Amino acid sequence: MAAVSKGAACGVCGAGKCKETLAAGIRGNNPVLVQAIGICSCLAVTNKVENAMVMGIALTATASLSGLFMSMIRNITPPRIRMIVEIALISVFVICFDQILKALYWDMSKQLGPYVGLIITNCILMGRLEAFALQNPPMLSLVDGFSNGLGYALVLVFVGCVRELVGAGTLLGMVVLPESLYQTNLLFVLAPGAFFTMGLLIWLVNAFGPRKPEKKP
Amino acid sequence: MNPTPLWVIFVGSLFTNNILLASLLGMCSFLVCSSRVETALGLSAAVVFVMTCTTMLNYLIYYFVLLPLHLDYLSFVVFISVIAAFVQFVEMFVERFSPKLYYALGIFLPLITVNCAILGAVLFMVIRQYDFAQSTVFGFSAGLGWGLAILLMAGLREKMGYSNVPEPLRGLGILMLVTGVIAMAFMGFAGMLNVQ
Repeated sequence: MAAVSKGAACGVCGAGKCKETLAAGIRGNNPVLVQAIGICSCLAVTNKVENAMVMGIALTATASLSGLFMSMIRNITPPRIRMIVEIALISVFVICFDQILKALYWDMSKQLGPYVGLIITNCILMGRLEAFALQNPPMLSLVDGFSNGLGYALVLVFVGCVRELVGAGTLLGMVVLPESLYQTNLLFVLAPGAFFTMGLLIWLVNAFGPRKPEKKP
Repeated sequence: MNPTPLWVIFVGSLFTNNILLASLLGMCSFLVCSSRVETALGLSAAVVFVMTCTTMLNYLIYYFVLLPLHLDYLSFVVFISVIAAFVQFVEMFVERFSPKLYYALGIFLPLITVNCAILGAVLFMVIRQYDFAQSTVFGFSAGLGWGLAILLMAGLREKMGYSNVPEPLRGLGILMLVTGVIAMAFMGFAGMLNVQ
């Protein structure tokens, strides 16, 4: 193996950096909240917790696997055509997932509609391949993809919970707030609710989250 | 086939089913490129052009090549390749004829490839089973709707530079809230008609 990354204990698995990489994607460098990528699907599929979970699983799987394979072929891929290789690789995994979903969970596939195919253009995938998998050994790239996917999935499920609870009074389809007590706010299931929930979440994270605000000179 | 008349598709994709504000696609470049009206104008022109052409191209490829050969499970790869090739073409064109615009758009021209609105329009076209004329109108008006939203946002952001936004909300947070308000305003059209 060539091109061992800085600080990695071992060229194949990079054992020394596994934990660090895992933590970075979820907390310090969360793709959605800190890097502000992959927002589209984050807004679109979070009207129900169930959809959010399926999407989170799909993205985590795709990110991990494409990271693993891209990293394996990184030394034999000509730099000029690496983008098209990346997109082709990602599409392969997305097609697999789409076919599995269509075969086993037709209703879910119907509900997610075009958003399964749109995983291909999710910036997180391309972003991680470009920024991480091209420079790091396979197993570490797998961990990086997994942690970024997980960070994305957590945000997704959180936004999904808020929207489903406020918008329909249910969680995972089970009634939490009965209609006799709570007047549902349909706005939160529709598009504007997605923007408001995301905006408020970003506000909260910036105000109380792990990232320290930059001091002005 | 889908019976929706052309004008309903046109008005619908501009207002009620706006690809950005109702289907939530194309957010990344919307958030990053909306800080100046000029840049937003250039980018939306590019998006309208690319979206119209790729929707037409992908329609022809899907119904005349992929379906007869039973290769429709490959549609994602084919769609994205067509889009990537087409964006490359537009990039060369803009670089040749408008270097100023080329530098203004910078990295975001290649990023149209991964603009989910473009692939999204193509996938919607397949799911809603539009015919060729409907697809063309849909591609054009969806692009126009995206451009309308980003222009509105750019105009607002130029004004917003003067307002005092709470510190933690600056940047992405306030953009999300403002977009939410725009989306809410656009929902006011929802009673008029609905695109299926």
